[in-house]
Amino acid sequence: MKTKITLTAITLAAAASVQTAQADELTLCWAAWDPANALIELSKDFEEKSGHEMGFEFVPWPNFADRMLNELNSQGQLCDLMIGDSQWIGGGAENGHYVKLNSFFDANNITMDDFIPATVTGYSEWPKNTPNYWALPAFGDVVGWTYRKDWFARPELQKEFMDKHDRKLDVPNSLDELKDIAEFFQGRDIDGNTVYGAAIYTERGSEGITMGVTNALYNYGFEYENPEKPYEIEGFVNSEGAVKGLEFYKELYDNGTPPGSSNWYMGENIDAYKSGQVAMQMNFAFIWPGVEADPVVGGGNSGYFPNPAGPYGQFAQLGGQGISVVAYSEKQEAALEYIKWFAQPEVQAKWWELGGYSALKAVVEDPGFASSQPYAQTFLDSMAIVKDFWAEPAYAELLLAMQARMHNYVIAGNGSAKDALDSLVKDWTETFEDEGKL
Amino acid sequence: MPNSPMEKVAKATPEKVAKRIRGLSDRAIAWIFVAPSIFLLLAVNIFPLIWTIRLSFTNFRVNRPNKDVEWVGLRNYERILGDSDIWMTMQATAHFLLWTIVLQVLIGFFLAFLINKKFRGNDMWTTIIVFPMMLSPAVVGNFWTFLYQPQIGLFNYVVSFFTGADPASFSMIGDVHLAPWSIVIADTWMWTPFVMLICLAGLRSIPDSIYEAAECDRASKWRQFWTITIPMVLPFLMLAILFRGIENFKMFDLVVQLTGGGPGNITTLTSIDLKREAFEKWKTGYSSAYAVILFVTVFGLASIYVKALNKVKER
Repeated sequence: MKTKITLTAITLAAAASVQTAQADELTLCWAAWDPANALIELSKDFEEKSGHEMGFEFVPWPNFADRMLNELNSQGQLCDLMIGDSQWIGGGAENGHYVKLNSFFDANNITMDDFIPATVTGYSEWPKNTPNYWALPAFGDVVGWTYRKDWFARPELQKEFMDKHDRKLDVPNSLDELKDIAEFFQGRDIDGNTVYGAAIYTERGSEGITMGVTNALYNYGFEYENPEKPYEIEGFVNSEGAVKGLEFYKELYDNGTPPGSSNWYMGENIDAYKSGQVAMQMNFAFIWPGVEADPVVGGGNSGYFPNPAGPYGQFAQLGGQGISVVAYSEKQEAALEYIKWFAQPEVQAKWWELGGYSALKAVVEDPGFASSQPYAQTFLDSMAIVKDFWAEPAYAELLLAMQARMHNYVIAGNGSAKDALDSLVKDWTETFEDEGKL
Repeated sequence: MPNSPMEKVAKATPEKVAKRIRGLSDRAIAWIFVAPSIFLLLAVNIFPLIWTIRLSFTNFRVNRPNKDVEWVGLRNYERILGDSDIWMTMQATAHFLLWTIVLQVLIGFFLAFLINKKFRGNDMWTTIIVFPMMLSPAVVGNFWTFLYQPQIGLFNYVVSFFTGADPASFSMIGDVHLAPWSIVIADTWMWTPFVMLICLAGLRSIPDSIYEAAECDRASKWRQFWTITIPMVLPFLMLAILFRGIENFKMFDLVVQLTGGGPGNITTLTSIDLKREAFEKWKTGYSSAYAVILFVTVFGLASIYVKALNKVKER
């Protein structure tokens, strides 16, 4: 008996020591926002199953790119897994920051055909539209609109709007209709408070105004480049339609947004909407679970709609990220294990339940998905119309130039829309020349 | 029997080492003591400066380790000096520097003059006035964005109270004409106490006997102020201007929090622009040239100023 107990103890100790030897402490780096908290919750299952311990490094959005790109450029070992922005994929691949995942996907039967195509192109591929994968789509996101359903339903407002515009006060079918609604609510008294039309992206410092203005530009005819000749941008970035789109965004800012909203991005828009300052807000879809849960604007008081169409078509700015293994990590095996676990359909289904936007087709094409949340159908509709910003290694230069030119016209009111876009063409051409692409 | 610590150390030093030291001259010993500081200075200041100057003639990018580095001569300097956007940031910096210094010196000196008088609660008021400079610039930037909010901001309500204008009718940080003043006001609020403290030190260093002698000569208070107070406080004021000038030339955090450099580029100061070039666009060679230009500018201006300061002191 004694020998038996001793043997059992030795076996257990040996097993424990093996477990300890294999267990790693992984650090996952991402932005500090609601979905990150959901991921912590989700990852507990991974910790349980793998024995690895998960640590997290979350940085607020305005500093996220600064902090994390610094980390990658300095070949730091802080992050083993990186949920990096979609625009980083070019730099991540070309500068050797990310591990190429093709052979890993092949070995583990993970196929990109299982994910929403726009997310694969946006978050995983470099060069774009080639089967070279550097990330697994982790969080699908897109710019959409939230509106005060309860305000829209008020009979007196319905009547007044009908008298003025000869149509129902309802979800707008076009950007022009959206502007009408924003102007209709601008400065209006609702329940004794002065309210305004819409909270839109205007932030100067990081990427805010670019993520906002593109929702108007795309739908009026802006193209990043000549589809036939890459990097040829003259006449595409500053096309007649693009000029009109930019003018539209400025008019919306001037006539339909709260005073003082000259430097607003995700957080400020959420605050303005939840505090009852605005009738509509532009924001990424990640905020929708939080809106639904809000005691004032949630519980059926809010509705959701995709970015409305313009004269050129209906598009929306892609957000979201893929999850990559950092090339400088010494725990790549464990990091790959995490990706393998994360790609499983049941984990992805739980991810959606917790508030994470899964990009797995099995989840979003499930018959019950569209009715699973009030915003689920809008998410699907929006993901079908996405376009994304440049993902070149020089994306930051391209982005900062656009930030400056757009803010200078839309917010500061300097020059014309044509001047702003012409200047942008000049800036981008210079960048592409420096990059040796022109 | 050694009794002083030095003697104890001498006694404890092994004979071999002692012999070697005994053979060193005073000059050599002095060099041994100074060498660590010189080494540190070379490593931390001089080497990076020389390296920056070298990089400024290249197209090096720190985020592209695999890319060949090319020698581009003066191209970076030509591009910077010919870039109208950079000249705009220089103008924004000059506006910010000039007005913050003017306002801080005037208000700081006035406050110091008041605080210098003996009255009840003097110490308490000094503490209250000094409070803003104890805060972090990022915090100050953040709460001034709230103060400037057109709908809920206290600043707009105060202006509205005095002028009758609708608080929601103007946006301090969103208006291209008001934004440069919004950063001047926030910085002045924060750093005037610093100027006040320096002026106060200057005022308290003036011996009472000089004023007593002036009283005997029947000099008016106004005369005493212009012929005693101002000349004797002037070196202190000039020192405050130097400190604030250097600090505000590299102003970053407060402005980034407050306006992010906008609207457009109207409040993009050179330090913000340089940071974007160096650590967001990662144009290391280009931003090195930018840094060298700024260094030469600040160094040149500061040298002229320090010479003027020394002349004032000698008077």
